[in-house]
Amino acid sequence: MSRVRRLLAPALLLAALIGIWELYVDLHGSTFSLILPAPHQVAEALYTDRGLLWSNFLVTAKEVLLGILLATLIGFVLAVAIHFSPLLRRAAYPLLVASQAVPVVTFAPVLAFWLGFGLLPKLVVIALVSFFSIVVTMTAGLAAVDPDLLKLMRTFDASRARTFWHVELPSALPGLLTGAKIAVAVSVIGAVFAEWNGSNSGLGYVILQSLPQLLSARGVAAVVILSLFAIGLFSTLALVERLALPWAYRSSGEPAR
Amino acid sequence: MPAKGVSTGMIEAPVQEPRELKDDGSVRVELVSRTFATRRAAVDALAGMTLHVSPREVVAVVGPSGCGKTTLLELICGLQKPDSGRAQAAPAALMPQRDLLLPWLTAIDNAGLALRARGVPRAEARRAAAPWLERFGLQGFERTAPAELSGGMRQRVSFLRTLLAGKPVLALDEPFAALDAITRHEMQGWLGHVLESEPRTVVLVTHDVEEAVIVADRVVVMSPRPGRAVAEIEVALPRPRRRTDAAVVALREQALAALGVDA
Repeated sequence: MSRVRRLLAPALLLAALIGIWELYVDLHGSTFSLILPAPHQVAEALYTDRGLLWSNFLVTAKEVLLGILLATLIGFVLAVAIHFSPLLRRAAYPLLVASQAVPVVTFAPVLAFWLGFGLLPKLVVIALVSFFSIVVTMTAGLAAVDPDLLKLMRTFDASRARTFWHVELPSALPGLLTGAKIAVAVSVIGAVFAEWNGSNSGLGYVILQSLPQLLSARGVAAVVILSLFAIGLFSTLALVERLALPWAYRSSGEPAR
Repeated sequence: MPAKGVSTGMIEAPVQEPRELKDDGSVRVELVSRTFATRRAAVDALAGMTLHVSPREVVAVVGPSGCGKTTLLELICGLQKPDSGRAQAAPAALMPQRDLLLPWLTAIDNAGLALRARGVPRAEARRAAAPWLERFGLQGFERTAPAELSGGMRQRVSFLRTLLAGKPVLALDEPFAALDAITRHEMQGWLGHVLESEPRTVVLVTHDVEEAVIVADRVVVMSPRPGRAVAEIEVALPRPRRRTDAAVVALREQALAALGVDA
């Protein structure tokens, strides 16, 4: 399929959804548009508030990027530790799952109390909501190594560390990237919640301020920017996967020759 | 690098009866039994299996599917312990049934994996592997990813990887089973040729009787599970052997008869 035709389907779907949305709001009158602004109002807000949105986007973008980096680091270390220690796996896994059931908003105030109102508590919230997918996919990648390959390495007298370095770690890298791709979307939501506690900038802060002021178009404009940012991050990671791990892309993409 | 003295990490010595390493390159499997506990029942893989292989001898082990051939190789490689009996062997390197080449490494780095596994630096491993790739007809494919290689080339890289482990014993687990018939025939001839110039003690497990007669000095026929040796056929024929030679055909029929297959 050509590039244009591949892009046509999602573009048409998006246009149709926006059209239905516009029609729906227009039919419900101007008061309703204070609750749910029409697409043209959002577009207007995107234009008139561009300075405000851009400066706050930079704040959130920095938080998200650093947060994902922190989540990847935590996820990587935990996955490796769990891989090497069945005891730790049994002990820590239930806690990891439980940590994902805790709504971040409930402990964001505590984090602000401990860590202040700067960048750090935001990074911690983002990392907390997004490290889990990385741990799970990377642990699965490490465990999925062909047992015959491990036997082969044993007949080659490979130490545990060298087997990890030459065989297990490279096998798990696609899992790490998959986890990071899932984490991207969650981390953006995490950033918004993080900014709802003890912050005075960022797109989450903009959303929090806009809604009670009935500037809902501005709030939705911030959401649009966050969505586009998430798509951009996801695509970047997909590109990294294609360039850095071409073998994984090949084996899942086209049939191998 | 000498194969002696590097095998400590590989062997899980049984507590009561330490696995003995033979330094001369021979293999002695003596009345070995091995049972696996599955969820439903205990499966006897081997029962009273005996196999002696002299240094630099090429022995093919043929048997029906599931007769414990892979278990036998893993015993020889020290990856398993016998439940009873003795398994002694010089240090052995495995060539698995599937090539199991690492998709993120090039052909030359896959070939040198056994060296890298011992801590040899990458550049040195490549220097060691390069002349072999040329000898194995893989010149020009050094930097090629496994996915871009043909099935025969992949098997040659896999064999080279096992050879470069520097062990006196090669344990080959149905190395050509996954290849198409033409490539398989080519590779069988090729293996015989390589072993002539690069003699090793070889235990070749296969279900292909013709392959056994073409490649090996001696063919050991195993019974269905639980496996044990039921017949031995000397293949005292000059190499290269041709599939159509009367002597080869006769030995093939003899092996098939020992397997209980009507030819």
